[in-house]
Amino acid sequence: MHPILRLDEVVKTYEQHTAVDHVSFEVPKGKIFGLLGPNGAGKTSLIRIITTITRADSGKVYLDGEELNSSHPMQIGYMPEERGLYKKMKVGELLLYLAQLKGMSYQEALQALRGWFTKFDIKEWWTKRVDELSKGMQQKIQFIATVVHRPKLLILDEPFSGLDPVNTNLIKDEIYQLSQEGTNIIFSTHRMEQVEEICEQIALIHQGKKILEGSVTDIKNTYKDNLFRINYTGELGSPLDSSFRLLEQKAGSLDVQLQPGQSANTLLQHVLGQGVQVQSFNEILPSLNEIFIKTVN
Amino acid sequence: MNKLPLIIKREYLTRVKKRSFILTTLLMPLGIAAFYLIVALMVMYQSDESFNIAVLDRGEILENFEQDSIGNIALIRASQDLVTLKDNMEALKYDGILEVPALESAYDKKLTVFFYSEDSPSLEVQERLRSWMKDHITTYKTQRLELDSVKLAALKTRVAFDPKPIDESEEDTSSTMSSVIAAGIASVLTMIMLLIITIYGNMVMQGVMEEKTNRIVEVMISSVRPFQLMLGKITGIGLVGLTQLAIWAILIPLVTMIVGAVMGLSGAEMPAANMPANTEDMAEGMEMVQQVLVELQNQNWALMIPSFFIFFLAGYFMYAALFAAIGSAIGDDLSESQALTLPITIPIILASYITFFVVIRAPDSSLAVWSSLFPLFSPLVMPARMAFEPPIWQVLLSLVLLIGTCIFLVWLAGRIYRVGILLYGKKYNFMQMMRWVFYNN
Repeated sequence: MHPILRLDEVVKTYEQHTAVDHVSFEVPKGKIFGLLGPNGAGKTSLIRIITTITRADSGKVYLDGEELNSSHPMQIGYMPEERGLYKKMKVGELLLYLAQLKGMSYQEALQALRGWFTKFDIKEWWTKRVDELSKGMQQKIQFIATVVHRPKLLILDEPFSGLDPVNTNLIKDEIYQLSQEGTNIIFSTHRMEQVEEICEQIALIHQGKKILEGSVTDIKNTYKDNLFRINYTGELGSPLDSSFRLLEQKAGSLDVQLQPGQSANTLLQHVLGQGVQVQSFNEILPSLNEIFIKTVN
Repeated sequence: MNKLPLIIKREYLTRVKKRSFILTTLLMPLGIAAFYLIVALMVMYQSDESFNIAVLDRGEILENFEQDSIGNIALIRASQDLVTLKDNMEALKYDGILEVPALESAYDKKLTVFFYSEDSPSLEVQERLRSWMKDHITTYKTQRLELDSVKLAALKTRVAFDPKPIDESEEDTSSTMSSVIAAGIASVLTMIMLLIITIYGNMVMQGVMEEKTNRIVEVMISSVRPFQLMLGKITGIGLVGLTQLAIWAILIPLVTMIVGAVMGLSGAEMPAANMPANTEDMAEGMEMVQQVLVELQNQNWALMIPSFFIFFLAGYFMYAALFAAIGSAIGDDLSESQALTLPITIPIILASYITFFVVIRAPDSSLAVWSSLFPLFSPLVMPARMAFEPPIWQVLLSLVLLIGTCIFLVWLAGRIYRVGILLYGKKYNFMQMMRWVFYNN
């Protein structure tokens, strides 16, 4: 099976500044993919190439096995970070217009939009003018505009910026649902904690270069330090065996780093042998934020 | 798939449905009608006022005169002397006294008449009395000098001027009025062009800025090419302009005619002074109207209308594209637009000035010819020159140059536009904009 998106040595230079520097990665089908990187890392430049807004100086992009061409924008839904709507238009007219620009017929667009309006329970907005809606309402409209044509690939650039928690959850649920229905989703953000929550697969971009790629679990396992935290009640009879590296000890809590050759089981057995009640035993995995900082340094 | 029609449709409909568009489109003809109405009412009002004037003919110049009337002025020969007249003005219902002293000799070239009244007479009344006096003095002098009035009348000759082509095979279309009419047509055409290009060019620029400020532009160009978006906007707004022109072209004459008809009903007693005073002038006036009509028919409309349309289209597209490029570089900073639009507005204004001050007076002068060929000027200058029947090769050359330049500038503007619309938060100058042209987007 083709990956939904494959980038091969993509380069984009603006005057003296290299925004995208030989980036290659694959976005597997059926997963929520996180495109990560701090501000100015080149995420938006990369997305603009994928959405055919700009063209790469060199390198190739394949959408579902086909090299990117002018028919592809119809199969992509893109919600840019810099987003907006025609403020003076009626909501219904605007959405019909945007849907038709994505290649839908008037009737198709009307039907699909009615579905969304029912789903979000916003039928009475149809004849309102965009600038009569609140910011959060406008974001919902923006989201509908992005997905109404049932794109194969959905690219969301910082989709939660400016959203309140209620609307964030609403859009988040929609993202999950679209993913389950088979939409491939690229989620671009600089907020690493959001990615950990939502994405299964990521690529990490820094200063135009890709520095990490893979599933979130794999990456975390690669970067883990074999740290374990044990919470217990009772008194430790004797200090921990010196073969274990004790990082921190607080009342009822131990942070231990396993040394080569040691397993979690031996640690747990050793602690249990100390005559305490173990309440929890967890591996401490690094956050993506920590991994990012580590790789950049 | 071609999305241009969709874009054009939106750009057109959102503007045409705007209340401000509907209002200006309808209010303009109404405004003109109101203006006509007011002017007409003013004329009528003056004619209501009537004047009774006692004429004291002390020099015995006014022979065969007992009473007379010029428009709203009634003149009556008075038998009383000046003092009696002055004392009894109200009782005798006189508004004024005209005292005509004697002429010392028939060779006197000047005569001062005196006018006594409560309020000093209006300029119009003065003018009418003066010309009335003049006519009477002429009659008086003719008699005193024993001249033959028929022979005197024969001295007056009207000279008409009719330019003819040297080559007799050429059709002779020009007459006295032709250059006047042509100048009129030329001014109107240039005026329309000037208004359309500046008003709708600015509308294009604001549309681009609005899209950039609203941040919808990136959503749009993930569906359509920037060039399509720009072209769609320019075309849509151009159609708005044509719609407005078409409505005005129907409404303004209609409203004017209605006002004319309404005023015509009560215009039966229109002031006689507004008509040519004597039959000779009347004939001349009629002849002029006739000539104007003939000249208007003589104009080569079959060539002029289509060429005007092509010059209009090319000129509008060229300038609107430049306005769009500027709009893409400004973003939300309206105050910046002044400095950047100046290089576009200068050629437009220069070209109009050349038409109004040079082309109309000397349509074949070298400045007129060159500026009707120069593509930045030609949309404003050539349609005006067309009224003076320039050599056809000049028209064609001008068209070729204009269309070529138009295509080049629209392309150039598109290159600037596609980069400009994606950049936020900075102001850009012309050097930077020119670099965008060569960007590999």
